[in-house]
Amino acid sequence: MSADFPVALILIAGGLLLPLLPGRLRAAALLLLPVAAFAWLIALPHGEHARIEWLGQTLVLVRVDRLSLLFGYAFLIAAFLNAIFSLHVKDAAQHSAGLVYAGSALGAVFAGDLLTLFIYWELTAVSSVLLIWATRTERAYRAGMRYVIVQLASGMLLIAGTLLHLMQGGSLHFGQFRLDGAGSWLIFAGFGIKCSFPLLHNWLQDAYPEATATGMVVLSAFTTKLGIYALARGFAGAEILVWIGTVMTLFPIFYAVIENDLRRVLAYSVTNQLGFMVVGIGIGTELAVNGAVAHAFADILFKALLLMSMGAVLLRAGTVKGSELGGLYKSMPWTAGFCIVGAASISAFPLFSAFVTKSMIMAAVAVEGHAFIWLLLLFASAGVLEHAGIKIPYFAFFAHDSGIRCQEAPPNMLAAMALASLLCVGIGVFPAALYAVLPYPVDYVPYTAAHVLTQTQLLVFAVLGVFYLMRSGIYPPELNSVNLDFDWIYRRLGRDLAWTSAATVSRWLAGTGRAAESAAGGVITALRRHHGPDGALARTPPTGSMALWVMVLLLAYLLFYYL
Amino acid sequence: MPDGNKYWLDRPENVARLYRGLWALGAALVLTDLVVHRHEDFGFAGWFGFHGVYGFVGIVVLVLAAKALRRAVMRAEDYYER
Repeated sequence: MSADFPVALILIAGGLLLPLLPGRLRAAALLLLPVAAFAWLIALPHGEHARIEWLGQTLVLVRVDRLSLLFGYAFLIAAFLNAIFSLHVKDAAQHSAGLVYAGSALGAVFAGDLLTLFIYWELTAVSSVLLIWATRTERAYRAGMRYVIVQLASGMLLIAGTLLHLMQGGSLHFGQFRLDGAGSWLIFAGFGIKCSFPLLHNWLQDAYPEATATGMVVLSAFTTKLGIYALARGFAGAEILVWIGTVMTLFPIFYAVIENDLRRVLAYSVTNQLGFMVVGIGIGTELAVNGAVAHAFADILFKALLLMSMGAVLLRAGTVKGSELGGLYKSMPWTAGFCIVGAASISAFPLFSAFVTKSMIMAAVAVEGHAFIWLLLLFASAGVLEHAGIKIPYFAFFAHDSGIRCQEAPPNMLAAMALASLLCVGIGVFPAALYAVLPYPVDYVPYTAAHVLTQTQLLVFAVLGVFYLMRSGIYPPELNSVNLDFDWIYRRLGRDLAWTSAATVSRWLAGTGRAAESAAGGVITALRRHHGPDGALARTPPTGSMALWVMVLLLAYLLFYYL
Repeated sequence: MPDGNKYWLDRPENVARLYRGLWALGAALVLTDLVVHRHEDFGFAGWFGFHGVYGFVGIVVLVLAAKALRRAVMRAEDYYER
């Protein structure tokens, strides 16, 4: 074999060819491609492969080290689980998009230079939005459009930052950055969007829950974890991340209590879990970074498991609104059981995965003496138990019997959930296996009497707190509603401002004499020529064309810069 | 309801039994604190029953705060479609 062959192409090319295959062969390919890529990864020697000299810079298409391998393994396990989970789906476009998306995330993780990273980065944006649009509703279309604009903006920040970094005497090499110039700050912001930093987070809660039942499972694995990988590679030890991460663990837990859409609750949970990883990266010690990436690995699995159970509920019951569900354990006992395994894993009960991963981050925070941060993270951990540990299984499968009687999830979905459950418990029971592939040597013992006791105490009393509030009628009921978050700024305020200013401008134009009027007429005619019903720019929706033209302009700039 | 009361959890007295059992478990865990020797990085974390109290109070504060947040941010389901 040649180590120079980019492993991402196995999934990307496979994904593109997939729709050409007939039914059974397509299913086989869907399952085998991640397995083949995994085998390829195991055989890859460490080091930089596929080096290309280009315009005085070195591109490294495949960089293999412990950090990239860990995320590579996680992504391929996720791709395999996704393949099983979505095996019943007839829509070839979704399978194809899912594989290309997984492949581009894989390519980004193995990219050794910023330009290669950028190309895969944008490819993840373009391929993943198809999983949202696959819902085929107006609502999903709009949410997908907002999503892809934000994702492409993240790529724009990355490439703009890269160019500035080059102009300031840096190279294309993707290594550790210092936050000391505009270039590295722009790259930091680009990564921050993918990691759903506070105020940059809302694309996630807005768009993910609009994806298909299987699509959201796929989405949860790659984009945000790619952000975490990039942050761990580029900004480990950046102090500001400790604070950013702590805020990320906190604000979503309040929203999660009052959110009615259970998949949106899990979307808030994504940001919350990423927060713990971001704190670990910010601390930057070997223990902390190990904890952050180990937790990313565990999170890919338990979040997939939880979302799979909600995907199965969406498929069978037709809704994931807490206000409409309840009592489903009678119809879907297996799904309920797997959901509880996911809930226990994310809540960090002993013998489940987060107990052995998140605790490394907590320990690292304590070792560095950040008492206040530690207390806030402990509070956020109790919050995780509330929304992901109790709320998700409770309102879907227990609570008041909604009267919904449906079939158990299809066999392929149950198989995927069973495998994910096995992995979650496997990591919890045999942490040494995961610890062995972490970037740094592990000198941490998760199973001590004190750790088991304190964690169980925290969780059991948090459960008691929730049930006490429920039984005394204080707990807020699930209501059909939406909650305003930062997206209000661009979904409502921005729109209203645009309308108001357009009206003001047109009034002003009407008030200024014929000359201005004819000038405006000229502009309108020109606009109509390009943007009107037959205009060249109207062929894609206006927001899409904007993102496209920005991308074209920046790529042209990049090209001319080198020429 | 077609399947009546054949499920164990359908009976309120069983749910109450479960709830009481959980309190008993909590009490046992707090008592275990007396026998397990803990080295905590922060002095306050070593206080008797610290994690239990923090978990319970934390959850109650969280839920009450979220209820208050609802008054500020909750809108009708079709808010963005209008």
